[in-house]
Amino acid sequence: MELIRHAFSFFGHHQELIYFIILSVFVGIEVIGGVPTVLHTPLMSGANAIHGVVIVGAIYVMLNVNPSNMLALCLGFLAVLLGTLNVVGGFVVTDRMLEMFKKK
Amino acid sequence: MKTNLLEVCYLIGSVTFILGLKMMGNAKTARKGNLIGAAGMIIAILGTIVLFVKKDEAGVVDPNYTVPTLIYGMIGGAILLGTIIGWLAAKKVQMTKMPELVSIFNGMGGACAALIGLMEYGKNVGHTGSSIAIVLGIIIGSISFAGSVIAFLKLNGTMNQPIRLPAYNILNTVVMIAVFAFGGYLVFGQINSHMLLCALFGAALIYGVLFTVPIGGADMPVVISLLNSFTGLAAAFGGFLYGNKVMLTGGILVGSAGTLLTLVMCKAMNRPLSNVIFGAFGGGSAVAGPGSDAKGSIKDISVSDLAVLMNYSKKIVIVPGYGLAVAQAQHVIHELELLLEERGVEVKYAIHPVAGRMPGHMNVLLAESNVAYEKLVEMDDINPEFEQTDVVLVVGANDVVNPAAKTDPSSPIYGMPILEVNRAKNIIINKRSMNAGYAGIDNLLFYDPKSSMFFGDAKKALTELVAELKTM
Repeated sequence: MELIRHAFSFFGHHQELIYFIILSVFVGIEVIGGVPTVLHTPLMSGANAIHGVVIVGAIYVMLNVNPSNMLALCLGFLAVLLGTLNVVGGFVVTDRMLEMFKKK
Repeated sequence: MKTNLLEVCYLIGSVTFILGLKMMGNAKTARKGNLIGAAGMIIAILGTIVLFVKKDEAGVVDPNYTVPTLIYGMIGGAILLGTIIGWLAAKKVQMTKMPELVSIFNGMGGACAALIGLMEYGKNVGHTGSSIAIVLGIIIGSISFAGSVIAFLKLNGTMNQPIRLPAYNILNTVVMIAVFAFGGYLVFGQINSHMLLCALFGAALIYGVLFTVPIGGADMPVVISLLNSFTGLAAAFGGFLYGNKVMLTGGILVGSAGTLLTLVMCKAMNRPLSNVIFGAFGGGSAVAGPGSDAKGSIKDISVSDLAVLMNYSKKIVIVPGYGLAVAQAQHVIHELELLLEERGVEVKYAIHPVAGRMPGHMNVLLAESNVAYEKLVEMDDINPEFEQTDVVLVVGANDVVNPAAKTDPSSPIYGMPILEVNRAKNIIINKRSMNAGYAGIDNLLFYDPKSSMFFGDAKKALTELVAELKTM
């Protein structure tokens, strides 16, 4: 009973987010649907670059870090570095792949 | 004001992600779509840094807080370093290494998500919703990271055999239970323990390794696609934690699109996802009978006829495709090549940029069996040579030789550059069955009067062919 009440209050608090999430799922499916299958590989690579948006979270954590906390600073630095690799590498690789499709 | 402006940045970011992905679905706009996504990403990142406002635990803005220069320096340094390494890696690496690169970049994102979770957990003990998002972010991010590293090593050739660990299923289950137990205990016990957090992190990493290790190299594109959607999910959990819309859109978009993409890839291989993940590799998949509506007649060729034909040819071009990878026939095809060369036949491989579903997939595969790099000829260079080619041997490739890409505007692959094998004197197509290729469309090449079908699993059929050639 307690758990159910908990779940309901959770839903009440995060209603907009939950709607947002469900709609985003459908957008994701919709965007991929009907894509010519030969483009799936670059699309996967492009999607790979886009989830690099996790770097925004890493930057946010880093901006909130207490500068005297060495461990947190190091982890944060690493997180931002890894996120950047994902973003930059992802977009550049995708661009190189798509370049090949242009050649006729 | 700043906060509102930041929300606008995130809105722009979200819209460009959706738009970019949509545009990437069309060959004409794909490159622009990718750039639009990248532009949105830059806006979101810059906005996050420039428009930051410090909030205390209750969410009240602290207008007097300034971020220490050290932190700005470290963020700037990390971004600069990451940009240089990422850019160079993506630009300099050979086309053959691209699948690995995609895999490892995906792992970086997963690791990033896991690290965020590790750093944020302590601040959120007691908030069930946030704790769940954090713990799931750590678990999924770690699995994605460890799995991507294994996928990287496999594609790299460092680990090129599917590995069967003793008592694999038991081990797998134990680790999975451990992951859930640690996670559940952290969340519902409201424990703030670094030890337990590290144990969760470690167990999830091990699970990621166990998850990927038994899967064979040819299935790696599917695994990478799946891990890709995992990282998307991990990013989305981060977005949920901060109520950050751009992380949510980006993450969920990739999560759902990636999952669908994975399922489509599996379907094209005629294998359910569970089969890829849990099933034994190779062999057992059923061979469907000829099912398509015939548009003309299809000729068969026997092993002995083919051996004779090849033996008396001057020039043979081999077109490898995904079927070669699935059958793991790269070694036997190299044997065939050597045998023919010994008899004075000129042999080359025609590599289509997207053969094998991952650019560079075929190059990696053939390099593994020591095929000389000069023998692998790219599409634009080999196409003019087909005219003088006696025999084209298409092994497990389909869409990349489908003439519909040039002739049929209604075809989904219309406009894709293809290997123009129909200009050769004889076309031999090795396939397991008459099933359509990855794109799920019929191939008129099979009905070409110059074409003959050489049915069978690539490895088995080619081994027979080699044996037959040796007797001649």
